[in-house]
Parts: sequence; structure tokens; C-alpha cells
Amino acid sequence: MAGEEKITVLHPMGYPPAVTHKPLARRLETLDGKTIYLVDCRFDDADIFLKQMQAWFAEHMPGVKTVFKPISSVYTRDDPATWEEIKANGDAAIIGVGH
Amino acid sequence: MTIDSKYGVPTVAVHTQPFERVVRSVADVSGMPHMRQVFVPQPVMGKTPRELRAYIDGNDPITGRPVMQEVVEGLTRRFDEEELKEVAFERSTPRLVEPDTEENLHRLFHESHWTDHLPIILPTEARVAAMLAQTSHKPDEVVGHMRATHFREYWEYTVEKVAVNAVMAGARPEYFPVILAVAASGASARGSTTSSAAAMVVVNGPVRHELDMNCGIGAMGPYSHANATIGRAYGLLSQNLQGGSLPGLTYMGSQGNNYAYTNVTFGENEERSPWEPFHVQHGFKPTDSTVSVFSGCRSTAFILGLREKHWSEHTRNLLRGMDPHNPPTLLLDPIAARQFIDRGGFSTKEQLIAWLYDNARMPASEYWDYQLIQNYIYPRATFGEEPYASKLKALPEELIPMFRPEEIHVVVVGGETNGYWRIMGCNYQKTVSVDAWR
Repeated sequence: MAGEEKITVLHPMGYPPAVTHKPLARRLETLDGKTIYLVDCRFDDADIFLKQMQAWFAEHMPGVKTVFKPISSVYTRDDPATWEEIKANGDAAIIGVGH
Repeated sequence: MTIDSKYGVPTVAVHTQPFERVVRSVADVSGMPHMRQVFVPQPVMGKTPRELRAYIDGNDPITGRPVMQEVVEGLTRRFDEEELKEVAFERSTPRLVEPDTEENLHRLFHESHWTDHLPIILPTEARVAAMLAQTSHKPDEVVGHMRATHFREYWEYTVEKVAVNAVMAGARPEYFPVILAVAASGASARGSTTSSAAAMVVVNGPVRHELDMNCGIGAMGPYSHANATIGRAYGLLSQNLQGGSLPGLTYMGSQGNNYAYTNVTFGENEERSPWEPFHVQHGFKPTDSTVSVFSGCRSTAFILGLREKHWSEHTRNLLRGMDPHNPPTLLLDPIAARQFIDRGGFSTKEQLIAWLYDNARMPASEYWDYQLIQNYIYPRATFGEEPYASKLKALPEELIPMFRPEEIHVVVVGGETNGYWRIMGCNYQKTVSVDAWR
């Protein structure tokens, strides 16, 4: 039967880039006495969410200093100035809210 | 991700639940599979502070563990040996699929998510060769790079890969230079945006007639083999050459978009238009053949004609109905185009665009309160970017422009069975020469 004949066709997918390893930062021993930046990606009321998280830290982990920090512009753009500020003045970051 | 890997700051990223597969796959292909991610319920948008506090006091919907426990541990729990292992590998795509029967190959293409769920033409070597014979470009020449979203990686594609998808869409070989030009735009017709956007393609120049493209009656409907299959090829090549368009993973359009099947592909009715063709407005000669690619097609408004007494109010009403983050492209039947000249004296498209810009206004307080303006424009305004920064200085009741003049476009299409016209909310991307891909 013609329907049983095997045929060869081409693969329709494009070519993905290679995956390269990116090491993650060493984790902290403790958050006590540390400064955590709460980074607002400025999308869909993320600011309200992160301010509630800031309140949670104040109530439950008062030894942690939190800094609410909106990114400079829109989330689709890199923001080296903000990342440099956090690296210089902070110990860790929580970024949100990705949708 | 940048702040953790590049700047060395331990970071936890918080996402909403439906994006778990998306963000984990992005972390995987970014070489950070063990990035610390925490999830909360969807939506965050529109929730009160108290409701969002409940998210924070509640459990991560993925792990079932307390959200804040996940956050604190994400910043403090050391990576184990497995997590510290270096992750780096090549990825490749074979040229050929394993030989099989037609029935099994159709099933494979469908189950591999390589189709748009409509029947496809299998891309045999002979069919692909026939497509390739229609261009002077070599099969292994790189045409471009495409990705589904800002956060995903760019995939690369060659002339042959575009040909494979053109065959699948049912395109005739003579359409291939047009399809290559669309692919060369690099603009995906399968963007992963939650807003469910499709693309639009306006073809200009002699190629419209060479391929018997429809510019007249039914041009935007299923009444032309070239319009339909070129537009379908754009969709298929986008999803396959960018690495997929799979709901929940590489496609997150909440409602989906029927325009995406053939991506509103048509020729401008240059012969019946009273104005300069679109491609000439963008620096090409009338004798050049081009494709102009638009993205973000979601909303459409329509109306019949322009009444003498209130045409300007009616037009303003249509414009006010658009989301101000989705600028208008007017799609005018030639009858409507000539009425714009009769009613408003717009002897060029540019004059009409200037009028549209000046008349599409709303109170500043309403403008800034649109969610998409809050998400995408307000941050740029506060960063000092013009013209948004100046708009931000307006008083709440001041009428401010909804759009920028360079975002507004006019295309003439239709067969003059009546003077209907529409506004497509969309973003012009670029115009690409078809002749360069012959």
C-alpha cells in the first residue's frame, strides 16, 4: 500500500543557541542584620504586593532592613544603575512580581 | 536573573502560579536551572493590599509550603553539590525527521506542536527544493533570529528552514521571496504576550499582482490563496523557528487570537488609493515590492463612511475606544479614503495622521490609569523619557494625546462594495524588501 511507504521530510524547527552556565550568587548564612532590596518590576500592581512583603519582614523579622526599590524604567529594559545600587548597598534581593 | 548571576547578589524571584513552566524553562536555557523562584496565586493585578498580604501569609501554590519560608530559604539555603554542577551544553535541530509513513508523520507533526492544528503539507525534500528554487539565496544562509518574548532566547533560522514552514503552510513556491522577507523582519507572529496578539502583513508593489494577491473585495478574508498561505506561513515559521508556541510554556495569551491563523495578510489597494502607497511612505520606490509587518493586533473598531455632520466626532469616538497602548492603523476601503479627502481635506496620509494624532485625546487622569499605560509607559515617563515625561506634567483634567504621531498609520484596502473602514490596534515593526529575497 502507498500509505505504508516511508518518506523523508525536513524538520521544521529553528536552531537554538547553546546553553552556557551562569553561576548563582552564594547564599547568605542569615538574614539577620542584612539589607534586602524588594525590587518592584513595575508590572500589574507589584508595588502593592512588595510593600505588603515589606510589612511582613517588619513584623516577623525586624532584624532585617528592607528597601523598596522600583526599577528605573519598564521591565523589558536592563537596569544596571539599580543593580549596581543593590550590589553596593544591599545583601540580597527579592524581585517581583513576574506574571 | 541578571542581578543574581552577573552582580552576585543572592536573589529570589516571585512569580504568579500560571508562569511556573515558563520561568523554569527560561532559567534552564539561561544556564541557571537552580535559580530560586517562589510562586503566589494569580492575579496580583487589582487585588487589595489585604488580599495580597493573604498571598504572602499563605502557601506557595506550587510547593504547598509557606511563601515566606520559601523566600527566606531561597536567600539562605546553600546550594547542594547537584545544584552547583556546571550546566552547559549544545543544542541542535536535525535537518531531517526520521522517515515514516505519511500518516505517522502527520501525527508526529501535530503531536510535536509544529502545526496550527489545521492540516499541513508535509515538507518533503522535493517540495522544499521547489520552494528553494524561487530564491537566489543559498539554503544555509541565515535569514534572522526570533524569540517568543523579551525574556526568551533568540533562535536562528536559515533559508531552508523558512522553506520547510512555507511548504507546511501550503504556499506555492513563487510566494517564497515574500515569505522570506516576512521572516527576515525578525518580528514573531507568535509572541507569548498574555494579551493574545497576532500579526498583520501589508504587501506593496508589483509582487501583489505577480502572485495574484487580493487587495480588493474580501482582501482580509479567506478569498485568496496567496494572502491565506503567506499569512499562515508567517505564523508557522514564527512558532517553529523561535522554538515553539505552546500554551503554558511558550505561549501565554490568555484568550488567544483568531487573527493568528493567517495574520491579517493582504495587499494594499494602491491602484484605487488616493494617496501614496505605504511602502513609499517608508522610503521605498513605487516599483519596489515589500512587506510591512505589524505586531500586537488585537482590537478592531469599524464604522461605515464619514457622515457630513459628525464624521469627526464619530472618528474621535472610535479612537477613544482604543487602548492607548495599542496605537491605531486605519484600514480604509478606497471609498472611505476618498471621503476623508472630501470631508477633511486630507490630501496626504500624513495630513490625516496629523489630524488623528491631534484628535485622539483623553483626560490625563484617565490616560495614566490604564493598566497597560501603568505597566509600560508610566515607568518610562518617571525615568524622564519623552514625550511621556512631559505628558506626566499635565493636570488631571487636561486632554492629552493618546498616541504618538509616528505610531499612527493608514493603509487602503478593500473592493469598494461600500465605504466601510476599520481601525486595527497594532504596532508597525518594519518594511522589508521582497526583491532582496528573490
